[in-house]
Order: sequence, then structure tokens, then C-alpha cells
Amino acid sequence: MSSSTNLNVYDADFVDEVQRESEQNLALCYQCGNCTAGCPVSFAYDYPVNQIMRLVQAGRKKEALSSHAIWLCASCETCTTRCPNDIDVARVMDVLRHMARRENLVCEPAVSAFWDAFLGSVEKHGRIFELGLMASYVSKTGRVLTDVDLAPMALRKGKLGFKAHTLKGISEIRGIFDRYREHN
Amino acid sequence: MSPCYAYYPGCSGLGTSLEYDTSTRAMCERLGIELVEIPDWNCCGSTPAHAVDHLLSASLVGRNLAIADNMAEERELAGIITPCPSCLKNLKTTQHRLSNPEFRSEVERVVGRTVRADLPIKSVLQVVVEDMGMDVLANLASAPLKGLRVVPYYGCIMVRPPQIMQFDDPDNPMALDNLLTALGAEVLPFALKTDCCGASLATTRQDVVTRLSGRILDAAAAAGADAVVAACPMCQMNLDMRQAQINRANHSSHNIPVFYYSQLAGLAAGQGEVSTMMDKLCVSPRALLASLAARAGEGA
Repeated sequence: MSSSTNLNVYDADFVDEVQRESEQNLALCYQCGNCTAGCPVSFAYDYPVNQIMRLVQAGRKKEALSSHAIWLCASCETCTTRCPNDIDVARVMDVLRHMARRENLVCEPAVSAFWDAFLGSVEKHGRIFELGLMASYVSKTGRVLTDVDLAPMALRKGKLGFKAHTLKGISEIRGIFDRYREHN
Repeated sequence: MSPCYAYYPGCSGLGTSLEYDTSTRAMCERLGIELVEIPDWNCCGSTPAHAVDHLLSASLVGRNLAIADNMAEERELAGIITPCPSCLKNLKTTQHRLSNPEFRSEVERVVGRTVRADLPIKSVLQVVVEDMGMDVLANLASAPLKGLRVVPYYGCIMVRPPQIMQFDDPDNPMALDNLLTALGAEVLPFALKTDCCGASLATTRQDVVTRLSGRILDAAAAAGADAVVAACPMCQMNLDMRQAQINRANHSSHNIPVFYYSQLAGLAAGQGEVSTMMDKLCVSPRALLASLAARAGEGA
């Protein structure tokens, strides 16, 4: 029997972990569907956000963490804003992404690679160097055609700097990344 | 005495939204809001940081808050302000989470500084609308935007989540509507004012962004708007720089200028196209601005 049809895969540790890391009481979700009704990216999800919440309540770790939905969430905060029980649903989505990365269950590798490239730029310069970020993303994913159609316009408008704005206190930023990694 | 704020420009202000940063600084100067840039500020990590780890996100923000704390020891500050909603949300979320002493000590350990984070944090829009008020704006408008039909587009997170942002109505905000009205524009009803543009998925899942941003442009056109007015660098970039991508994906033919509200404030205050950096917009507003100027000429 596959895990998706096995009702006995309740993972209590997973439920506890999501609750602790998100500081939300998941039992408060009674599946009213308001989060899904407001979610702008539902059309692209495999599970709508209320079903993600239900998977978490039901301790279905693998399905929740290997869903596409958690990567396509745009962090628009509509779900959190409209939840009648004040559950910070967007924060739960954040925590599921954190866990999926830790467990190597990332289902949208391009999204995750973009975030890594973005944070790599922050670690290197202290601020985002957009041209360097795109180069790094393309080299991580092999998606060489990403937004090449925009480049001539962006260059003509002077919207893509060729020089990074590296901070004076860049060693402090690198220290932040180092200490954060020690913690994890 | 004019209020003085610690100013957090955000990374996009150095590149893709140069015109937002420049026109924001000019607008604040005219309104008598003194801005002192947070020295050597760093990127707040935006969505990637909070999507990857909350401690990392809060620590990147925490360094900026700590520098602002130091500034406040030197001179009286009314708070920290930023034009960018994503920076704003990260600043305010971090300030909120630092009220947990355990989390605060973790953040301070990672940042390597003490972080008090007790200065009020607001968007530039909030300060302009709430502290300056509409009369000041109306007085500023020596060349009111008469005849310009606009839809105000706030984006998602200027007002959301309301528990954190504590500004305006999370579903039907009016700050930008009121500001644009005070500047003399005709503000059209716009149901999609806080609907998502697709945000940073643009790079990774263009299909999501062309659909969501396309919907916003469709609604703006259906409302009969000459232009969309944005308050977020990410939203503006998706709607403006990607308008050709959106048209290709959706078989539409939009040609709608997408201004920053601060650019229009400059225009209304009599600044020309050059100093409001209208040439930075990808969809050219030139024809629209020329027709407005002609109409104003007829009216005079």
C-alpha cells in the first residue's frame, strides 16, 4: 500500500515540530477553506493550502514536505490575514519549506536554487547584486534563457548595475552567516 | 521641528527601482521629512531569507535595527522608514518576534550586537499619509494631476498581515487612494488593489507571474485607467518591466504605464519628467504625460 493511501502514517513528531517552529496551534484549523479561497496561487498548487494544513494536522510528513504548493506560495499573507482563528498560515508554509530543505524533499528545485543564489549574493556583498544573482541562479539551474528577453531593456534603462555595492561591514555579514550555520 | 527618520532604502533602490528611491527622497524633502540613511545597511534577505530560516532572516534585519538603535543615541529619531513593503514586513516581523526574550538572545548572538529594536517602524507611505495629512499634500500639488485616471495598486504586504503591519485596511486600504486624490488624480475603484502580482516567482515560475500580473493589468484596463500606481518595487517591476512577457503569454496588448506614487507626487509638485526619472519606466508614459500637459494647457 502506498503511503498516500495509508491512513496509519500519523507522524506525531512532525506535528509537534511544525507547531513548535511555527508557534501555531494547528488544531485550531477547522478546514473552513478561507485560506484557499483567498490564495492567488492555488491554480498552480498540487494541494490547496487548506489541504496542506490538513496534511500537517494528520501528521502526513512526506506528502506535506514533498508538495509543490509549499514552494509556490508567494508569501502574500492573504491566508494569515483571513484565517478566522488567527492561525499564521503563511508562517506554517515558511516552516514547511525550512523542513523540506532539511529533509531533502524539495519539489521545486528552481525556486530553492533562486533563494540560495539570492542569499549567496547577500553573503558575498551584504546587498543584492542583481546581475551576479542572475548569473549564479543560471549556473545553479542551467536555465540560461531565464529573463534574457528583459536584459536589453534593463540595461538600456540603467536598471542593472555592473558593480556590486559591497558593504564596509561585510565581515560582520559573513559572521552572521557563519554563526547561523553553526546553529543549524 | 521637522521629523527625522532613519531611512532604509532597500537593495532594489540601488538598481531596478532607482526611480522609487530617488523620488521618495525628493518627496520627503519637500514635505519636510528628514531622512538619514542607515549607514552601511545590509539586505534584509527579503522572501528568500524568511523562506529559508527565521533566525537568519531576523539576524540580517537585526543588524540594521542595531545600527538604527545607535543612530538614535546620537539624535532624536521619530522611527525607521522604508519605501519597500518587503523590507518593511521583514523589519516589522523581526521587531515583533524580538519581543520573545529567548529568540532575541539567539538573534543577538548571531548578529554579534545588542538589538533593542524599540523605534517605531513605518512605510514612507504611512508617514506621508498619517503624519503629513492630505491638506499638506494638496498644498504641495502646484501642478495637480487633473485628468489622470489611475488605479492604486498596493500589492500584498504593505498592509498584511494586519497584526504586524498595523496600517490601513488589509483588504481595502485607502491610503494611496487618498494620497492620489489629494494630488488631483481621478482614482478609479479597483478591486485588485491588494491582489498578488506573483512576486519573486517571476524568475522561477514565469507562468505564475504572467497569469497574476496579467489579471491586474486586465482589471486596470477594464476600469478605464490611464495608468497603474504602485507602492512596491517588486510589483512595479512585474507589471512594468514584464508587461511584454505578460502580453505574449496572455495574448493581450496592454500598454499601461506603471508609476510609483512618489514619481506622481513629484510631478504634481511641479518637478519635470527628468527629475521624477520618468525615463526609467519600461512602458513609456511619455504620450500620456504629454496629453495631460496639453489638457492642463487647454484648461488654463
